[in-house]
Amino acid sequence: MGPQLSWYLALSAILFTIGAAGVIIKRNVIALFMCIELMLNAVNLTFVAFSSYFQDVTGQLFVFIVMTVAAAEAAVGLGIIITIFRNRESLDVDDASILKL
Amino acid sequence: MENNLLSLIIFAPLAGAAINWFVGRRVRNEKFIGFIACASVGLSTLVAFYLAFKSGGALRSTEPIFDHLWTWIQVGKFHADFGLAMDRLSGTYALFVTFVGFLIHVFAVGYMHEDSGFYRFFAFLNLFMFSMLTLVLADNFLLMFVGWEGVGLCSYLLIGFYIDRKEAGDAAKKAFITNRVGDWGFVLGIMLTFFLTGSISFFDKPVQGVASALQTIAALPMADPFTWHAIFAGGVTSIAVLLFIGAAGKSAQIPLYVWLPDAMAGPTPVSALIHAATMVTAGVYMIVRCSAIYTHAPTAMFIVAIIGAATALFAATIGLAQNDIKKVLAYSTISQLGYMFLACGVGAFTAAIFHVITHSFFKALLFLGSGSVIHGMHHEQDMRRMGGLKKYLPITFATMLTGWLAISGIPIFAGFFSKDEILWKTWSAGAFSLPNPVWSKALWLVGAVTALLTAVYMTRMMVMTFWGTERFREKHMDHADAPGDAAGLHDDAHHGDHGVHEPHESPWLMTAPLVVLAILSTIGGLIGVPYALSSLIGGHPQNYIEQTLEPVIATAPGDHAAGEPGAEPIWLSPPPQPVDGPPAFSFLGESRGAGEVTHSPEEIRAERLLALLSVLIAATGIAAGWVIFQKRPLLQMPRILENKYYVDEIYDAAIINPIKVGSREGLWKLFDVGVIDGFLHAVGEVVTEAGRLVRHMQAGFVRGYAAIILLGALAVIGFFAYFGVHALRLVQ
Repeated sequence: MGPQLSWYLALSAILFTIGAAGVIIKRNVIALFMCIELMLNAVNLTFVAFSSYFQDVTGQLFVFIVMTVAAAEAAVGLGIIITIFRNRESLDVDDASILKL
Repeated sequence: MENNLLSLIIFAPLAGAAINWFVGRRVRNEKFIGFIACASVGLSTLVAFYLAFKSGGALRSTEPIFDHLWTWIQVGKFHADFGLAMDRLSGTYALFVTFVGFLIHVFAVGYMHEDSGFYRFFAFLNLFMFSMLTLVLADNFLLMFVGWEGVGLCSYLLIGFYIDRKEAGDAAKKAFITNRVGDWGFVLGIMLTFFLTGSISFFDKPVQGVASALQTIAALPMADPFTWHAIFAGGVTSIAVLLFIGAAGKSAQIPLYVWLPDAMAGPTPVSALIHAATMVTAGVYMIVRCSAIYTHAPTAMFIVAIIGAATALFAATIGLAQNDIKKVLAYSTISQLGYMFLACGVGAFTAAIFHVITHSFFKALLFLGSGSVIHGMHHEQDMRRMGGLKKYLPITFATMLTGWLAISGIPIFAGFFSKDEILWKTWSAGAFSLPNPVWSKALWLVGAVTALLTAVYMTRMMVMTFWGTERFREKHMDHADAPGDAAGLHDDAHHGDHGVHEPHESPWLMTAPLVVLAILSTIGGLIGVPYALSSLIGGHPQNYIEQTLEPVIATAPGDHAAGEPGAEPIWLSPPPQPVDGPPAFSFLGESRGAGEVTHSPEEIRAERLLALLSVLIAATGIAAGWVIFQKRPLLQMPRILENKYYVDEIYDAAIINPIKVGSREGLWKLFDVGVIDGFLHAVGEVVTEAGRLVRHMQAGFVRGYAAIILLGALAVIGFFAYFGVHALRLVQ
């Protein structure tokens, strides 16, 4: 018996939960960022699994879009992180709790 | 019959107003402005006379002349035209309005000489003529109301013409607001007419598919019952009472008369034109126009008669004690208007119109004469500072003499015939609109006493102004104790000048209209000599006015049944009088028909006796006035009369102050500040407080926001997971 759809979904759920928990728990902005990537990839996994299951290419198409957006988001996010670090000399998100400096 | 010339009557003054307003204000040439103003009204006059008297003209045929300009409003059954109609009634009105208006315009050119608002004055005066003629010539209630409001607006503008005087502005507001009370009744009356008859037109206009509201009511077989209940029943009586409220406002009847005396703050030609000759008689016109409604509403007619008689007597007593020459004439006007309403109330509609016409002659004359006196006295209006003026203003004196005799009711002069007609018709009024025959005698008595008072106060005015010692040289005797009369009214610019200038006669521009009006005041009454008097000298002249107007006056519903056996025709007042032989020249192309009723000799004898009696009353009044005031022109009159029965003070205390206090304390401080502002503040505070509570969610910690998003997502998913398909169905 080969891998079932439910296995992929379970793995995806686990990854997503880890990511979501990480976003809430972690204070380091880099770690937080990585957790967001984890959640995105958990969703990607679901897309691919369903695409394979339904023999429909649309899911894979979405994966590419998500990856593109994730790349853009990573570029912008890292830029913001660098700016914040320059100003505050800290990677703790809780230090950036007000909009003004 | 269509005739497009008719619109020229109203649009010529409008054009004059526009030219004077837009061009005259730049030209600022008195000759140009005066010419435009007089020429435009003169053109109206010529056209009005042509249309009235040409062969088949309005006064010579029973068919009105129509001029349908455009359909104004057409919604469902509701149809209002901008259409004019000249029948015998509106034709009669148009004639004297344009003619007297023209004379007053000419007078005003002299009177307003060197006034800085010259162009403004004549623009407003021409606009007034436009509005007044629209009111008169309108062929439906709504257009009549446009003219009605138009004359009210012009009255407001012209009363407040001296914009630098506070009392002029106050008087203008008072006139405008008091008239609003009346207009409320008028508008409701129009609405009720529409609801009852489905039309607001005065005439049948088959081309436009419009039926006449008045004809519909005239065709009703039964009059309303004579009960107080009928007033509130929403029927014809309710219409009549509501319309009378409008008429009482415009024509200064109790209890809405208070604006007219104050309106004397305007220039004197305005008082003559608007507040004596034309606008204030619009209420009488409206009631006579709606005679079909009133002849079906005996209760309303009774109210009209009572109010008219009460106003006549009330105003005459006040007129006895006024010291401002214009105030005397103002109260005299109110009193004479009361006569006209008394006539309407006893069903003598033609007599009312007759008195409107003669009154417009002699009262315009008296007002213009007083204007000439004021002009000659350098804006002095207080009669206590006049006296002995007949030597200085001979033409003014001679012309005002005819006006005085006319209003007092001396035979041959115009006022005698019309006033006597009203008194006779009151005396002999049938039981239709009066609960009890005693009422007709009582109303007659009120009218007779008023006639006596009229003669007395007019004599007092003439004596104080033209006879006696010359008091204008004396330095002001009693400036301080002139409460509420001339002290506030006379021109401050000339304050220090009394006694310095000699009084002088006015220029010919002012005296010429006086002479014309004096001639009309003398012989104008001959158009309506009743049979009882004309038969004394062989039957001529005829009672033209009655013959002319009779076809347009509705009769009581009993007349419709006249042909049936046993049906007794109900005459509101003595039926039209017989004619000896063919008329000298006939307005009427057709025979008089079945309405002709011959008079019994007793009635003719009674009418002659009453006429003799009213001559005696007038002579007595003049004699009494002469004896009392010749020696003591400054005789102190009763305080209560001088202070106008304190009606203004009562109104202040009973109506104006409560409204002011209620507005300030209730509407402003309680409702506006408390409720409206309070509500807005409360909304603001609730939002602020709610924000203060939930601002703690916005701590700025990114992970907190993430947690909230997650919780939200979980909640949504949880919702669908728990409720499953049902929830989805619910959403769809």
